[in-house]
Amino acid sequence: MYSEKVMDHFTNPRNVGEIEDASGVGTVGNAKCGDIMRIYLDVDDETKVIKDCKFKTFGCGAAVATSSMATELVMGKTIYEALEVTNKAVMEALDGLPPVKVHCSLLAEEAIHAALWDYAKKNNIEIEGLEEPKADIGDE
Amino acid sequence: MDKLIYLDNAATTSLKPEVLKEMMPYLEENYANPSSIYGFAQKAKKAMEDARTAIAGLIGAKPKEIYFTSGGSEGDNWALQGAVQQLKDKGKHIITSKIEHHAILHTCEFLEKSGYEVTYLDVDENGFVTPEQVEAAIRPDTVLISIMFANNEIGTIEPIEKIGEIASKHGVLFHTDAVQAFGHIPVDVEKMHIDMLSASGHKFHGPKGVGFFYLRDSVKLGAFIHGGAQERSRRAGTHNVPGIVGMAAAAKLACGKMEENMAKQAELRDYTVDRILKEIPYARLNGDRKLRLPNNINICFRFIEGESMLIMLDQKGVCASSGSACTSGSLDPSHVLLAIGLPHEIAHGSLRLTMSEETTKEEMDYVVDSIKMIVERLRSMSPLYEDFVKKEASQS
Repeated sequence: MYSEKVMDHFTNPRNVGEIEDASGVGTVGNAKCGDIMRIYLDVDDETKVIKDCKFKTFGCGAAVATSSMATELVMGKTIYEALEVTNKAVMEALDGLPPVKVHCSLLAEEAIHAALWDYAKKNNIEIEGLEEPKADIGDE
Repeated sequence: MDKLIYLDNAATTSLKPEVLKEMMPYLEENYANPSSIYGFAQKAKKAMEDARTAIAGLIGAKPKEIYFTSGGSEGDNWALQGAVQQLKDKGKHIITSKIEHHAILHTCEFLEKSGYEVTYLDVDENGFVTPEQVEAAIRPDTVLISIMFANNEIGTIEPIEKIGEIASKHGVLFHTDAVQAFGHIPVDVEKMHIDMLSASGHKFHGPKGVGFFYLRDSVKLGAFIHGGAQERSRRAGTHNVPGIVGMAAAAKLACGKMEENMAKQAELRDYTVDRILKEIPYARLNGDRKLRLPNNINICFRFIEGESMLIMLDQKGVCASSGSACTSGSLDPSHVLLAIGLPHEIAHGSLRLTMSEETTKEEMDYVVDSIKMIVERLRSMSPLYEDFVKKEASQS
């Protein structure tokens, strides 16, 4: 049911872990519907480049794979460029997801946004186009 | 391990080679329609009637009380829809439980839309319905009680005999979905006061697409499938003779070795459960420790999600099942796990292992070792586990 890329990112997830004293952390999803993603960013304060990015995810195969791919895609980008990493970009990079798993890619995008929002708030800057993430996107 | 370890026998079982051998003549040379008059059809007819007699004998019924169906879902539909149709002058109330198979629950929901009232009994933390609950729910307009014999997810064996006594005392029809029970644990329709029972061939090493429905002689239900005069004009359609022959052959084998299989599987089940609960922290057994199907293990691992576990087990050659949302096709985890009171986040981390008589200790040891590694790995990736560990650390 999953593409080879999804299986690869699920089996060998990139960038799993935590960053101590991260510049920005975002956690989205809820345990009720079965997916929680947390993304940590280490941002260079001068250049605004994301030097490191790590994740932890509670969820299905697609949730792990989309988190892993999202961290790869934002790595090395500036906090402004990181907004280009949309759920579509994550899905395309994974060669697609089954329809019932599309929400996992939305969660990955949301997790990045939440981490960026946290960074922006802490540093009192504005990232154009970034909106405050819903704290608990499964709670609608 | 190179070979596949199949631990999803509650989903379906392998077809035994000796069963297939008994079926083959009815797929090849004896292909006649058993309803035909000529001599050529008589072999097929005899094989079918022998199958009926054999199955009846295994549950304490008369041959004419056994109807061949396409499987468990058909029997469940027949029981519910047939009973309410037949007793529409008596009332429109049905009693069932919250942990039934969807073949019962969704049929009940369908009937509710047509004006029927359904009481869905709660279960306790191990999945038991009590006879007292059933009795308290009976009303003058109750037409049917349908309680499953044993639960397909958590293996809990319901107090069927006691519920049957209550139903009989109040003159209410009693149906039981015995899809997971028949061929695995003793079933006796007389002793247990069962009026209707559904079973399915492929759950006990018979073929798929065939099942049987027991309908007590004194209960008059109308036709469920209209058409020809097969099955006493109650279930039309040309008989699936090879399927029926195979189901009976499998039933005889399963019931013949039942005591031995029960003892062997229960021992392996308890050994496996003990190992998991001892060696893996934050794990809990779902369902009763003893009053459960001998082949059923259902365990929740906190902080992780079921589908991830299943994929990783699959990569190690192990076939298992889970009650997580991702495997149920909805946002909610299994209705059974929620009904026994588990919070959503714990229900998402459930794993069901259902063994067969061929499952070995060596296989289960390999599976437990694999689960240990998988749970550890998934927890290391889980934000819920991270938060839990930090909270524990800050408290100590």
